Amino acid sequence: MRFVLKTNYDQDVKVFLHNGQRFWYGLLALAVLLAPLVLDRFYLGEFAYLYIWAIAGVGLMLLVGYTGLVSLGHAAFLAIGAYAHAWLLTQGVPFVLSVPLATAFCAIIGYIVGLPALRMTGIYLAIATLAFERIAAWVIEHWESVTGGHFGMRVPDPMVFGMSLDGPVPFYYLCLGILGLSLFAALNLLRSPTGRAFIAVRDSEVSAQSMGINLARTKCTAFALSAAFTGLAGTLFSHRIGYLAPDAFTVQTSIQLLLMVVVGGLGSLQGVVYGAIFLGLLPQAIAIGRDVLPQWIGEIPGLEPGIFGAILVVFLIFEPLGIHGRWVKVRLWFDQFPLYRRATYKRQRSYLRTERVR
Amino acid sequence: MPVNESRGFGKPRMIPRVFACGTRRAHTTLEILQLLIIGISQGCVYGLIALGFVLIYKATEMVNFAQGDMMMLGAFIAFSLIEAFDWLFAFVPVLAGLPGASFAFAFLGTLFVMAAFGVVLERAVLRPMIGEPPFAVLMLTIGLGFVLRAVAGAIWGNQPRALDSPFAGGTFDLGGLIVGYENVAIVVGTALLCGVLYLFFRFTRIGVAMQAASQNQLAAFYVGIPVKRVFALVWAISAAIAAAAGILVAPVNLIDPLMGFIGIKAFAAAIVGGFGSLPGAIVGGLLIGIAEPFVALHLPPGLSEVSAFVILLAMLVVRPQGIFPSLQQKKV
Repeated sequence: MRFVLKTNYDQDVKVFLHNGQRFWYGLLALAVLLAPLVLDRFYLGEFAYLYIWAIAGVGLMLLVGYTGLVSLGHAAFLAIGAYAHAWLLTQGVPFVLSVPLATAFCAIIGYIVGLPALRMTGIYLAIATLAFERIAAWVIEHWESVTGGHFGMRVPDPMVFGMSLDGPVPFYYLCLGILGLSLFAALNLLRSPTGRAFIAVRDSEVSAQSMGINLARTKCTAFALSAAFTGLAGTLFSHRIGYLAPDAFTVQTSIQLLLMVVVGGLGSLQGVVYGAIFLGLLPQAIAIGRDVLPQWIGEIPGLEPGIFGAILVVFLIFEPLGIHGRWVKVRLWFDQFPLYRRATYKRQRSYLRTERVR
Repeated sequence: MPVNESRGFGKPRMIPRVFACGTRRAHTTLEILQLLIIGISQGCVYGLIALGFVLIYKATEMVNFAQGDMMMLGAFIAFSLIEAFDWLFAFVPVLAGLPGASFAFAFLGTLFVMAAFGVVLERAVLRPMIGEPPFAVLMLTIGLGFVLRAVAGAIWGNQPRALDSPFAGGTFDLGGLIVGYENVAIVVGTALLCGVLYLFFRFTRIGVAMQAASQNQLAAFYVGIPVKRVFALVWAISAAIAAAAGILVAPVNLIDPLMGFIGIKAFAAAIVGGFGSLPGAIVGGLLIGIAEPFVALHLPPGLSEVSAFVILLAMLVVRPQGIFPSLQQKKV
């Protein structure tokens, strides 16, 4: 078991708490950087896809996991990011400029969506964001001069300073780089007063307010930042699918994003990555399962979302802290080997807390 | 924009269809009444599903996102029961010729089956979640909805089916006003259900106990109300209501595993009405249901699909507590 002797307040907010973490994360970074040397095209593409999901997940995690606001409408931000980026590219805006512009646009939309969200909590917010998602989808379907409506629109190849990033290896590094930056940005954000304010708002609005946190501004900031990260993922997503159509972004996409952060583990950035890996691997696993199992099972309509749903239910009942939470528990069990207490992570239930009396 | 023009079907300049569908035409009272009737019957369906949402929310503070899917399941069970009873009644001389006999039996049977299903669901899946944050329960029921859809798809397949209902097809003609039997059935069914529920909550012992549990779980538990059993019963009732809504709506839209998606609109209805208010659920449902056909006729195509959400957002901005508020600010 490792004890970190703290001799300085700065140690509390360090990115890496001790050398062990530095070593393992360094190793991981080396592994993903060298991955194109060993992996073939298909797996590079899948990994890039997984990184895109993780970027979107960072956004949703900031909102759901750290600020405690539930959004069922993040597919809309993904779509807005993708469409704004593609539209800017067709207008001749260079890639390097288009990505930040689309991201900023998403942030502005997110801020605007956040404004009415100030008056809502819990399910009200969830359903309001869902309504926003449906309306955004409607706009995308019908604003044909910009989005191409049902015909969709082709996304131009990503070009950076005259160099195409369309190949699997450059695209892999592009996604990896942006994911790394996003994670680092989120990590820094969460160490800053803004991020701390998010967590305070999540844990108790009343106490956060009484400590001088501006609830309205904090929530709007959370929404804007969350939308920005998800929109950033959307810009990459548009290159990944190459051809944008409205049916790429549905309620189900939002729910998959939520599933990702819940299964990964709410309230941890590692959870985002675990969730993305899970979400990336599951369709492959289902595809393999289809080959193995009798044919009638494979032909069930809606099998894949059904399995997603079942996994979500199982996780929420048995491991609400997600994959990351399970890993933390396992590690603690080994750390304290004969002395681990089951009650360490016992869930706190609140029978009196009600949404009706706020 | 060279990119856009290089591809064949780049930018079809659509004529704005906004004004193409006769907004300039004056409407007769008859047409308005006709739309109203369609709207009211659709609104009753939203209201019934919303009623299920509200019941569960009021009693258990849980939000059941799978309510629409429970409606779908109810409709499918009714479909199978009608087939079963049709087969069975062929052997019973008295019932064989009776029109709607198997429908009536199947209706009651479905209510019981779904009530039992609600109890099982509550016991197996939802009870471990009592006391958990509302978000977790929300996610859980969303997951549940996906599972129910997959299960229904596995059992009944994906193609839409028509329920053999005695209300299907027939119409009244009231001086030019065409009223379908199914619309009347929906409205009357909703009214009856609401009446029964009102009497139940107002005058029966368990109904009052439910009200108590809905106001304060812990206090109700202290005064000896079996809160867990009450929760199970609430789930049973709301599953049965969902099933009734499914059977009533089946003649209007066909039944298929995705029909539960109208549950999202019903959810909007529940919030518009003030989440946690039973009359509010019906009123909200009616509001959204009535808005839809009018929007479909007067505003751009496709907008009627999202009109429920527009109303919802407007409501949340203007009056977030809904038409009949049940929220209150805590006094510190």
